[in-house]
Amino acid sequence: MTVIKSNKSTDLFLDHVVSHTDFSALRAKGLEFLKEKGLPALKEEEYKFTAISKKLEQSISRFSTAENIPLTQEQIKPHIFEGFNGDLVVFNNGVFDPSVSSVSKKGYTFETLSENQPELLGKIAKTEKDPFVALNNVFFEDGIYIKVGKNQKIEQPILFLYFNQANKGEVITPRLLIEIEDGAEVKFLENTISLDEESYFSNPVTEIKVGQNAHVHYCRFQNENRKSISVNNFEVDIHKDATFTSVVISMAGDLVRNNLSLNLLDTGCEGNMYGLYLLNGKTHVDNHTNVDHTKPHCQSNELYKGVLADSSRGIFNGKIFVRQDAQKTNAFQQNNNILLSEDAIVNTKPQLEIWADDVKCSHGCTTGQLDEEALFYLQARGIGKENAKGLLLFAFAGEVLEYIAVDSFKDYCLHLVQERLGSNF
Amino acid sequence: MSKDNQILEDLTSKEYEHGWSVNLEVDEAPTGLTEDTIRWISAKKEEPQWLLDWRLKAYKIWLAMDEPKWANVHYPKIDLQSLKFYSAPKQSNKPKSLDEIDPELLQIYERLGISLNEQKKLQGIAVDVVLDSVSVGTTFKDTLSKLGVIFCSFSEAVKEHPELVKKYLGSVVPMTDNYYAALNSAVFSDGSFCYIPKGTRCPMELSTYFRINAANTGQFERTLIIAEDNSYVSYLEGCTAPQRDENQLHAAVVEIYAAKHAEVKYSTVQNWYPGNKEGVGGIYNFVTKRGICAGDYSKISWTQVETGSAVTWKYPSCILKGDYSIGEFYSVAVTNNYQQADTGTKMIHIGKNTKSRIVSKGISAGHSQNSYRGQVQVMKRATNARNFSQCDSLLMGNRCGAHTFPYIDIQNPSAKVEHEATTSKIGEDQLFYCNQRGIATEDAVALIVNGYAKEVLNQLPMEFAVEAQKLLALTLEGSVG
Repeated sequence: MTVIKSNKSTDLFLDHVVSHTDFSALRAKGLEFLKEKGLPALKEEEYKFTAISKKLEQSISRFSTAENIPLTQEQIKPHIFEGFNGDLVVFNNGVFDPSVSSVSKKGYTFETLSENQPELLGKIAKTEKDPFVALNNVFFEDGIYIKVGKNQKIEQPILFLYFNQANKGEVITPRLLIEIEDGAEVKFLENTISLDEESYFSNPVTEIKVGQNAHVHYCRFQNENRKSISVNNFEVDIHKDATFTSVVISMAGDLVRNNLSLNLLDTGCEGNMYGLYLLNGKTHVDNHTNVDHTKPHCQSNELYKGVLADSSRGIFNGKIFVRQDAQKTNAFQQNNNILLSEDAIVNTKPQLEIWADDVKCSHGCTTGQLDEEALFYLQARGIGKENAKGLLLFAFAGEVLEYIAVDSFKDYCLHLVQERLGSNF
Repeated sequence: MSKDNQILEDLTSKEYEHGWSVNLEVDEAPTGLTEDTIRWISAKKEEPQWLLDWRLKAYKIWLAMDEPKWANVHYPKIDLQSLKFYSAPKQSNKPKSLDEIDPELLQIYERLGISLNEQKKLQGIAVDVVLDSVSVGTTFKDTLSKLGVIFCSFSEAVKEHPELVKKYLGSVVPMTDNYYAALNSAVFSDGSFCYIPKGTRCPMELSTYFRINAANTGQFERTLIIAEDNSYVSYLEGCTAPQRDENQLHAAVVEIYAAKHAEVKYSTVQNWYPGNKEGVGGIYNFVTKRGICAGDYSKISWTQVETGSAVTWKYPSCILKGDYSIGEFYSVAVTNNYQQADTGTKMIHIGKNTKSRIVSKGISAGHSQNSYRGQVQVMKRATNARNFSQCDSLLMGNRCGAHTFPYIDIQNPSAKVEHEATTSKIGEDQLFYCNQRGIATEDAVALIVNGYAKEVLNQLPMEFAVEAQKLLALTLEGSVG
C-alpha cells in the first residue's frame, strides 16, 4: 500500500502554530486533522489540477501570521466604489479594524467571535470537509460574527474590504460567521485588496446560515496581486423557502482556489451560483462548487464563465448532489470557456450525482473561441477586429455580471472588466 | 405508487436468461496466482520464450500495483489467490472443422442462440467462440484468409503470426497501464486476433462470443485488432455467464490499431450474469479497451450495450494521434437490482483536426448505481479539435442513482468542445400523450426507452441490434418510472 506522506508545507505550518485560549475544541480538531491528513498531496482528486502544497512551499517563505500595519483613510478610500453608502467592514490582514470601519448595526448585531463565542462556529464549514478549513481553525486570531435580526430588511449593502499585505509573517486567516434570521433580507459585497506586490497566503473561511424565508445576496470580487495565493472556503446552509445567491468574479492573483458549498436543507430553497474568471498572465483560478440537494422542491442554478489569455489556467469543478429525498429538484449548471492563447489551459469537470428519480438536472459545458461569424458581422459593419473582439468578450462576460444585485457595485465591476478586456486581450 | 411498486417488483424478479451451466471436462490451472501459474499457463499454451518473458515482466509490474479505488463502485475485495486463472474444455485434438467440435460445446452455443453451424450457413458472420479461457472454434476462416484477413484465436496467432503479435501486443494498452491491464498481461489465456491487410474491406462482420462456464475462475482474454491502411472491419463481441452465487472476475484487454484511412467499428453487447435480485453473485467486469487512430484520416468507433455484470468498470477509449482522425463512442448502460456500472470513455486529441463524438445513455432501475465517467483531452498541438459529448441518464424508481463525472481538459485555443448532460425520469406528459392515443403505459415506457436509446442502437450492426433491443426490452419490460 502506498502511504501518503505528510507533505512539507503541512509541517511548515505546524511549526508556526500559536496557541490560542478560545475555541479550543475547534482548534484541536483542526490540528488533529492536519497532523493526520495534512494539506492536499499531489494528485489528490479534489486538488488534482491545483498543486497547492507545492505552490505554498515555493512561494511562501514565512509561515507565520502576518502582523497588521495601521491603515489610513487614504488607503481605503479608492476602494470604496462610487454610489456606496452602506456599512463598511474593514479587515486588516484578516483581523477586523474598527478604526477605519463604519458599522451602524442597524438591523443586525455585530461582534467579534471572541466577544460572542457563537456555538455555530465551525458547524457549517466542517473541519473534515477541506484541509484548509482545518488550517483556518488552527490559525485564525479572531473573526466577525454578524447576526441579522428577524424580518429585518437591510436596504444598503454591507461591504467587506479585506486589505492584505505580508508583514513579518505571510499567512492571513480571516474568519467570518453570518447568521441571517428568518425573513431577513440583506446584500453583502466583498473586495480583497493587496497593499503591495509581495507574496502572501490568505485562507479565509466564511460560514453563513440563511434562516427560513430569508433572501441573501453575496458578491465577491477577487483582484489581488500577482504573487498572492488564496484558498477561500465559503459554505452556506440554506433553510426552508430561503434564497441565496453567490457571485464570484476573479481577475488576478497567482493562485486562487474557491471552494463554494451550498447546502439546501429544507423544501423550497433556492441556491444560485454565478462566477466569472477573467484571467491573463500566469494566474491560476480553481473554482470548486458544490450544491447539496437534500429535500424536495428545491432549485439550483449555476453559471460559470471564463476567458483565458496568456498562460493562465482555469479550473471548474461543479458538483450537484441530489439526495434520495430530494424529489422534484431542478438543478441546472453551465460552464462556458473561451481560450484566447496557445498556452492557456482549461480543465472542467461538471459532475452530477443523483439518487432521486423525479428530478430535472442538466449541465452543459463548452470550450471554444469567439464566434467567427459574429466577429465577421461586426467587422462588416466597420468595427475593427480588436474592438469587435473586445465587444464580444464583454458581452460574454457581461452575462455573469448582470447577476450582481447592487447596481453601483455592478458598474464598478463592469468598469474593471471593460478595462481589462480593452487592454490585455 | 402501488402499481409502480408492482411493476418494479416484476422487473426486479426477472431471472437471468443465460444462467445455466454445463458440466464439461476441463483442464484447469491450480488455484491461486504465482509465477508458477504463469509458467504453467504459458507451457500449456506452448508459447515461445519471449511471450513468457513478457508475461513475467507484467507480473512483476502488477505485484507493485494497487487495486484502483477511484471508481464509483463498491464491492468486497477480490481474493485473487482463490481464483483459477485458466480453465479450458478438454479436447484431445484441435478440431479441424466445426463437425469435430464436442457436441456438448456446440449445444452451449445453441442454447445461447448462437449456433455456430447456423451462423456459418445462414448469416455469414465469422464467429470466434471463447469458452472460459480458450477459443473453441472459429468459423469462416478459409473465406477470410483468401482476402488476407487473419481472424483466429490469440494462441493461434502467437504460433502462426508471431511477428505481428510481437509488434502490436501492448502497444496500445501497455502492461503498466493499470492494475487489471497488468494482471491481464500476466495471465491472459486466449482471445481473438484480427488483422486486416492494406486496402481490404472485410466482407463480413467478425464476431467473438465469450462465455464463462467453469466455477471459481477468472476470465482474462485479450483481443488485438490491427487494421492496415485503407482497410475496414466491423467487429462484434458478446458475453454471457452462468448463474453462480460467488462473484467471478472478468478482466479483459482489447487493443485496436488503425493505420492511415483505416476504419474499425467495435460493438459489444455485454450480458454477463448480473447477480440475483439481492445482489448476490454476478461478474466483476473490469475491462481495459483502447484504440489508437495512428494514421491520418483513421476512425475508431465503439458501440456498447451494457446490461449485465454485477460491477462494471470499463472505459473504451480512443487516442486520436493521426491528423483528421475520428473517434466515436456510443453507449447504452442499463443497471438494475444491485448492479453498479462505472463506464464511459476517453478521447485524447493529439493530431490536428481530430474529431470525437460521445453519446452515452444510462438507464438505472432498482437499487443500482450507474455512473458515466469520461475524459476529453485536447493536447496543445491538436489544432481545430472538435468534440461533442452528450450523456443522458434515465432513472426508474427512487432507490437508484445516476452519476456523471466528465473531465474536460483543453490546452489548445482552437478546440471546440461541448458537453451536455441531463438526468430525468420518463416524463408524465410523454406517458400521457401515449396513453391518450391508446398505448398502454407499459408499451409506452418501452417505446420511450427504445426511442431514448435509439441513437446508440442504430449504430449497432443489424445482427446485434436485434439482440440488443431484445435485451433492453427484457430488462425494462413493464417498468414505469
